[in-house]
Amino acid sequence: MTGAALALSVRGLTKRFGTTVALDNANFDLRAGTVHALLGENGAGKTTMMRVAFGMLRPDAGSLEVNGTVRRWRSSADAIAAGIGMVHQHFLLVPAMTVAENVSLGDRGFFRGFDPRAAADRVRRIGAATGLVLDPAARAADLPVGAQQRLEIVKALARDAKILILDEPTAVLSPSESGELYAWLRSFAAREGAVVLITHKVREALAVADEVTVLRRGRAVLSGSSKTLDEAAIIAAMLGGAISTDKQDSTAKKVPGAPLISLQHVSVTDERGVRLLRDVSMEVRAGEIVGIAGVEGSGQRELLRVLAGRLAPDAGEARIPARVGFVPEDRLRDALIPTMSLVENLALKEAGSQHGTMRWEDYSTRAETAVREHDVRTSGVESPARALSGGNQQKFVLGRELEGSPAALIAENPTRGLDIRAAVHILDELRSARASGVAVVVYSSDLDEVLTLADRMIVCFDGRASATPVDAAAVARAMLGLAS
Amino acid sequence: MTFFTRAVRSQAGASAAAALLAIVAVTFVVMAAGYDVSRAAAALWDGSFGSAYSFFSGTLQRATPLIIVGLAVAVAFKAGVLNIGAEGQLLSGAAATITAGLAMSGWPAWLSIPLELLAGMVAGAVWAGIAAVLKRRFGVLEVISTLMLNFVALFGVSYLVHGPLQEPTHTYPETLRLAASARLPLVVPGQQLHLGFVLAIALGVAAHWYIRSTAGGFRLRVAGEGPLAAASAGRVKVDQVLFGAFLASGAIAGLGGAVQVTGVTYKLYELISPGYGYTAIAVALLARLSPFGVIIAGVFFGGLEAGGAGMQRDAGVPAGFVYVIEALVILGVLAVDRARTLAAERAPRVMGETEV
Repeated sequence: MTGAALALSVRGLTKRFGTTVALDNANFDLRAGTVHALLGENGAGKTTMMRVAFGMLRPDAGSLEVNGTVRRWRSSADAIAAGIGMVHQHFLLVPAMTVAENVSLGDRGFFRGFDPRAAADRVRRIGAATGLVLDPAARAADLPVGAQQRLEIVKALARDAKILILDEPTAVLSPSESGELYAWLRSFAAREGAVVLITHKVREALAVADEVTVLRRGRAVLSGSSKTLDEAAIIAAMLGGAISTDKQDSTAKKVPGAPLISLQHVSVTDERGVRLLRDVSMEVRAGEIVGIAGVEGSGQRELLRVLAGRLAPDAGEARIPARVGFVPEDRLRDALIPTMSLVENLALKEAGSQHGTMRWEDYSTRAETAVREHDVRTSGVESPARALSGGNQQKFVLGRELEGSPAALIAENPTRGLDIRAAVHILDELRSARASGVAVVVYSSDLDEVLTLADRMIVCFDGRASATPVDAAAVARAMLGLAS
Repeated sequence: MTFFTRAVRSQAGASAAAALLAIVAVTFVVMAAGYDVSRAAAALWDGSFGSAYSFFSGTLQRATPLIIVGLAVAVAFKAGVLNIGAEGQLLSGAAATITAGLAMSGWPAWLSIPLELLAGMVAGAVWAGIAAVLKRRFGVLEVISTLMLNFVALFGVSYLVHGPLQEPTHTYPETLRLAASARLPLVVPGQQLHLGFVLAIALGVAAHWYIRSTAGGFRLRVAGEGPLAAASAGRVKVDQVLFGAFLASGAIAGLGGAVQVTGVTYKLYELISPGYGYTAIAVALLARLSPFGVIIAGVFFGGLEAGGAGMQRDAGVPAGFVYVIEALVILGVLAVDRARTLAAERAPRVMGETEV
């Protein structure tokens, strides 16, 4: 495949935002007929490079070739006309409009009326030709997230895109949806086009892509065929060799302590009467990490909240220690108040139990301690939580929840949206919490992550929780409801 | 950075800038309408801050209900409860106060005055409580229920002064006047400023202390700013906090009505409130929901209303222009807030971990 023509070629690309250099003389070659993974930590310049290629940003220096011709975009419209389509990490759909209307949006011609039947036919035609089947009359807001992504791709295909750029496409997808998407992308590339896949998931990139390019600090530091590169080399290139992910886990205790959390026949029913948890019994002991896995909507969300004492079961008995830390998935909504200072966000932890007056000096000292001990990069504890980057917000949340030696810690997707460096830090913190005798429960939608952490695994399926060996194949079967 | 943009960076500066711009804008309108601007300005000043009489008996007396009811609105808004029914809560407070005051005629002042104020607060809390229960039980939006209850209260007062509470001769649609012992004492010799103003200031200080320094005040703020985080990370019973804030807001607004009846009108009639409950929303927003800010904004609006009356009397410029100022101030504050939010969203984060 190496001899194939270049669909897209980027040479010497430089882009600055103020004093930040996002791209520094970067090169990138996409061969026709291939899937090419663009890897790098957050901030490495992946998205910036592809936004330049898509005409959303103008480069400060460098050139762009499409199918061997030098091109210069005035706007994305030029890039679209040249056959480039981009699916953004955050979908750009009009929720209230139908699938057909979303696809037709952006058609040229001010006076040409919208023809619903023709638009619906077009959606069906693309579905028949490519296998991306959608109901043209469905409202975008009602589509599940995987179908919204299909719609984004169909939008690009409706404009005859031959080069597809997808920015972190699997961040919102379940494992089976990711698999389907990847299979489709491979067939699309083989059939007629080429695909750029922006991702930070190394394993997925190696599995799906023909070629891999790694960006670090705005430069392409590694490029080659996925058959010749291995995971370690790619991670080393992404991180500059600073961190090893396969660190020897010396904190694991062989003998866990006394049970601190215990659930007996716990059930949870939502207000519509749907059983979300059915007869769950489990315990968590001091000094162990219990990993939770489950396909989205299998009851793990409710199980974690019961374990954290944030949700009272409708039936059964839950014995939860008074001091239990909780790191929820959506930190800006459920863990932090973005407009408030770090001091206030630390005090938030005790907002429900405090009486009398608030001792702000104490909270200030405690916030400073948390910031220092957990390596939170901030201009000060009085700055609002929203001024911190995602990784530092998460370090602060974890520091707050670990403060005052809690008996247990429940973490839900604790590394979501973080770059590898911050994620490694968070995982290390969870291990050292275990070492100091905390009963730790971790759910992650990244199965590899939870498997490397866990001493025991519990898999949720259809509201039930069952113990499973710490083994990828066994856990994957249990997640699909198959007997192990 | 210009002086203006720097001023807008601070909360108080932004409010002051909005107020100043509103006044300037209205000045041009007054000029364009053909009025003598310098005469109008002089009359406005004389009627509001220009003399001891206009300051104490005009501005501060009018500021009193605005401050108290402004605090009521601020407490609710802080908790994220959009209580725009302060007008109705004030009216029910006024009605309860007059009922209690007339029933206690002949009682000593130290007994009857606290009981009158208490009656007003209870009635205000009950009136707000209707909307609070509707919200908690059935999820009825308080913006709608409180607004509707304003009209119910307005017609309720009308019924009372035409019916059961009407003075015995049945000539005027109003109640009997309170006995001297049931009235709030005046606090500045020779002026009509009553004890209610002192109460308003004390309430502002107390509200500031409560919100800033107590656990309950902190719960109020976190429930308003981040209800989901408050419930999850802080285990705050957000429903309860909102309910409490709603009732407290109603009680304070009811106190505003009680103070107006016992300090100024001494009787109940249909137009006892020229929309204090609505103006108080403007006061609270201009103050950015800060209790001290409410005191300052309340005096500013009180001065505008007192001065507006003087302007109409002495310069023939319609007092309506000051309401235009009030409205423009609110638009200005909202515009500045929006601009600030947008600027915050665009601002770079501290560490370069965001995707660029």
